[in-house]
This record gives sequence, C-alpha cells and structure tokens, in this order.
Amino acid sequence: MLYQANPQAEEAMEYFIQQLINGLTLGGLYALIALGYTMVYGVIQLINFAHGEFFAAGGYVGVILLNFFAGRGLMDTHPWLGLFGAFALTMAYCAFLAMAVEKVAYKPLRHQSRLAVLLSALGMSIFLQNALMLTQGVFDKPYPGEKFSGGLVFGDIRISVLQMMIVGLTILLLVGLNLLVFKTRIGMAMRATAQDKVMTSLVAISSNRIISLTFAIGAGLAAAAGIMFGLYYGSVRYDMGFVPGIKAFAAAVLGGIGNITGAMLGGLIIGMVEIFGAGYISGQYKDVFAFIILIAVLYFKPTGIMGENVDDTRV
Amino acid sequence: MAVQPILELKEIHASYGSIKALKGISLRVYPGEIVAIIGANGAGKSSTLMATCCVLPIDRGEIWYNGQPIHGKAAESLPPTGLCQVPEGRRIFPRLTVDENLRLGAFHRKDKAAVEKDRQHMFSLFPILRDRRKQHGGTLSGGEQQMLAIARALMTRPKLLLLDEPSLGLAPLIVQQIFDIIHDINQKDGTTILLVEQNANLALQAASRGYVLETGTITLEDDAKKLLGNPEIRKAYLGE
Repeated sequence: MLYQANPQAEEAMEYFIQQLINGLTLGGLYALIALGYTMVYGVIQLINFAHGEFFAAGGYVGVILLNFFAGRGLMDTHPWLGLFGAFALTMAYCAFLAMAVEKVAYKPLRHQSRLAVLLSALGMSIFLQNALMLTQGVFDKPYPGEKFSGGLVFGDIRISVLQMMIVGLTILLLVGLNLLVFKTRIGMAMRATAQDKVMTSLVAISSNRIISLTFAIGAGLAAAAGIMFGLYYGSVRYDMGFVPGIKAFAAAVLGGIGNITGAMLGGLIIGMVEIFGAGYISGQYKDVFAFIILIAVLYFKPTGIMGENVDDTRV
Repeated sequence: MAVQPILELKEIHASYGSIKALKGISLRVYPGEIVAIIGANGAGKSSTLMATCCVLPIDRGEIWYNGQPIHGKAAESLPPTGLCQVPEGRRIFPRLTVDENLRLGAFHRKDKAAVEKDRQHMFSLFPILRDRRKQHGGTLSGGEQQMLAIARALMTRPKLLLLDEPSLGLAPLIVQQIFDIIHDINQKDGTTILLVEQNANLALQAASRGYVLETGTITLEDDAKKLLGNPEIRKAYLGE
C-alpha cells in the first residue's frame, strides 16, 4: 500500500464528522424554534417569551399521543404512520394553543407600549410552564423512541434513524415555510402585514387574522421541534422550553431578528457551536456558548447576520 | 339634487389622544365627481380620509357610503365595497416587489381572470411598472411609487377613490402626468374621486367642487372655479 492511513488522524476526522452530524441535528431543532420568534417579531415586533412553552407543550402532547397510539397497537403495525400522525396532531394542537394565547394575552395590548406586551409574554410563559407542571408532574417523562432506534454505522460514525428523520423533517418544514412565505398569496399578505399594517387594512387584509396565523405557524414548528427533542433525548420535562427557547432566541438575534433565512442560519450556527464547543472545549460549558454568541452579536452587530438591508427575506 | 351622494360625512369628530384633529366635518361627494379638499398642513385633510376609511376611529358623527352607514366598520371590510384610498406618502410595501404590491390591491378579489386582465391594463397604463415589476417597491422613485400606489388602488376596482396628496414631493412634469391619469380615471372609468391636496391650484383645476379645511373644520364649500376665483382663497392658498 502506497498510502498508509494515519489511524490517529482518521479517528480525529471521524470524531469531527460525528460532531458535524450531531450539530446539524441540534441546529435544525434550534432553527425550527427560532423561526417562531423571528416571524412573530417580524409581524408585531414582540419577543414572544412564551414561545419556548409551545416547544415544551409539543414535546408533551407528542409523547401523550405516541403512548396512546402504542396502547392501541398502532405503533407495532404502522410505526411511521403513528409517528407522523403524532406530529400532525401535535402541531395543530400547539397552533391553536398559540392562537388562544395571542388572543388572550397579546391582542388586548396591541395598542399599548411594547413593554406591556413583553411583560404579558413573560407572564404567559410562567403560566404555561406551571400549567404543564401541574398537569404532567415535575418528573421527566420518557419518550417511546425505541421503535426508531438503529441507524447507519460507518466506522465510528453513527447516524441514527432518528437523526436522519429529524434532519429530513426539519429540511422539509423549512422548505415548506419558505414556499408558504415567499410563494403564496397568504405569505405575501404576511410580509405586507409585517411592513405596514395600516396599508394592509387599506387593501382589505385583516392584520388580526395574519397575526393569528403567524403565531399558529411559529408554534406548529416549535411543537414539531418539541417531539423531535423528546425522541432524540429520550424524555421531556415541564421546564424543557426554557433553555432551548432562550438559545433559539439567541439564534434568531444572531440571524437578524425578523429575518426568516437568518433564523434558519442562526439556529444552525448555534447548534454547531454548542456541539463543537462541547466536543472540543468542554461539555460543561455547552449552554454558555449560545449566550456568548448572543452577547457578542448584541455588542458588535445588533442587527444580526441578515438584519436590516442585507437582504429581504424578512417576513 | 335628487341624486344620492356616494359619500356623506356628517359632523365627524376624531382625535389623536387628547388632540382633536377633526371638529365636526361634514361633506358630500356625488357619483362621478372629482371633489377637492384643500387646506394647510395639519388642517385635518389626511385625518378626514383616514376617518372615512375607518382607519382613524371617530368620536362622533356618521359616515355614509353608498347609502349605508360605515362608521365603526373594520377598515379591511371597505375596499371590497369599492371604497379605496391612496394614502399620504403612498405607503408602497418597500420589501415587496412591484408586482406583489400591485396584486395586493386585488387581494380580496376572486375573479382571477379579470384580475389578470386588470393587471395587464395597469402595465399598459404605466409601462414603467411593467419594466420594474420584479424590483422591490422601495427602490422606485417617488413618481413611480405614486403610479404604483394609484395602480394598486385601481386593482380593487374602486367606485370611490380617495387620493391623499398625489403631488407631494414630485417633479412638476410628473405631477402633470399624475393629474392627467386622475382625470382619465374619472372620465373613462367613471370613478368618483375625493382628492386632498396642499397644491390648491392644481387640485381646484382638476376638481368640480372643493372644500376648504382649516384646523379641523370646513370653512368654505363651493364650485372649484369659484374657489379659484375667490380672492381670499387666492391669498391664503394660492400665494397671491
């Protein structure tokens, strides 16, 4: 053999690729959550601090549905049908939940100061988290993910079926969202509402309905991320929405809040940085990296990567 | 006059917080007319139009359009009835393309074939919009934006078109072009027009009747020609 592989370098390379795959998976989840922050901000300039709770609610509704389907034997006969059914129902549930939250907690404050709505969002977050705690308990709830174990192994690199499913579904949702926002009539109305609500009313578009729809879409994406999170990490907890929520918020700011492409990119970067930071620097600091990025972005470039005038993929 | 007015404002009062913008505005617009509202900056001209479109909520008074009271209705419910406004500053959606801006005008319409026909008609009326249809609205010049704003409003097939300062910030040549178009919309399509202008000379030449607005009240109402000849008007608004 002319070429003698260096076993140490090969191992390092495999480790790198493994981290890349893990980062992609986590980044996709953050991107899905970040979109909700960025879309709501784009339309009503509100940081919806209750957004992480839709992610948590999604995780819980998902596990409840999966257990229900398993009890009926559906997970044995048609596991993928059960899984995607759970996704669809959970996303719809959280979409309605978000519309209700918007109607109760934000709409009455539409013409008040932005701080009033922000405080209402914080209150809503506490309320939803406690509701989850009181109804579902304080302990971790295990996810029935064993149906989807297994995966591909290349040497030391493992890509689980779940990872492939998560990345695939994430890409599907991101592409679908892009098509919805940039290619459809309703997406055009959303972008118009984000730019000038008085003028949209003068062209017969109800901004209330568009705002409601924006909340629904954002929460639906977060709910999907919630199930994926549960499947990936094996369990959910009532307060699981907080840390990923804040990290996804950091991702939205990093990408340029209000910008859809930016949120996707920001989510991916935050996920990668977290995984690589944990893998190469220290696992104990994995939560710190996202916030270092958030502080750095706010300090050096508050508009984010794609904010203001860089491009026009804002909502 | 036996003809029913297409628009009638009865004693409209409206305010921004504690500041009273309109203090009892009454006016009538009859089908087929061009009516001008002239007045200085801050007299309440734009507020009158915004109140008419139910964007600015009114404190007191009544607004009748097409024989129906419309005060208190949702603003977005009015364009489908043919009441439509080109607002002050044109309010083109800056980050939507010219074509998207145009199609938004017909957002509520279900007659797709007719919408497409109207869209092509707008492109023939304003060829520059066809050339720029893929550009963002925010990249257009002031005159082009005004044309787009008018075209967008025409896409709703208005019966009554409210125009707020269509001459604002435009070069004289463009202003003339815009007013020719307004004249055509009125003459050829039979669209009734309520026009608000600081440029009183221009507005009164285009209009058949005029109202003079001062600090939230109508101070004078007459035929446009008579207003043009009125020495007080000439002194106050025409710079003589």
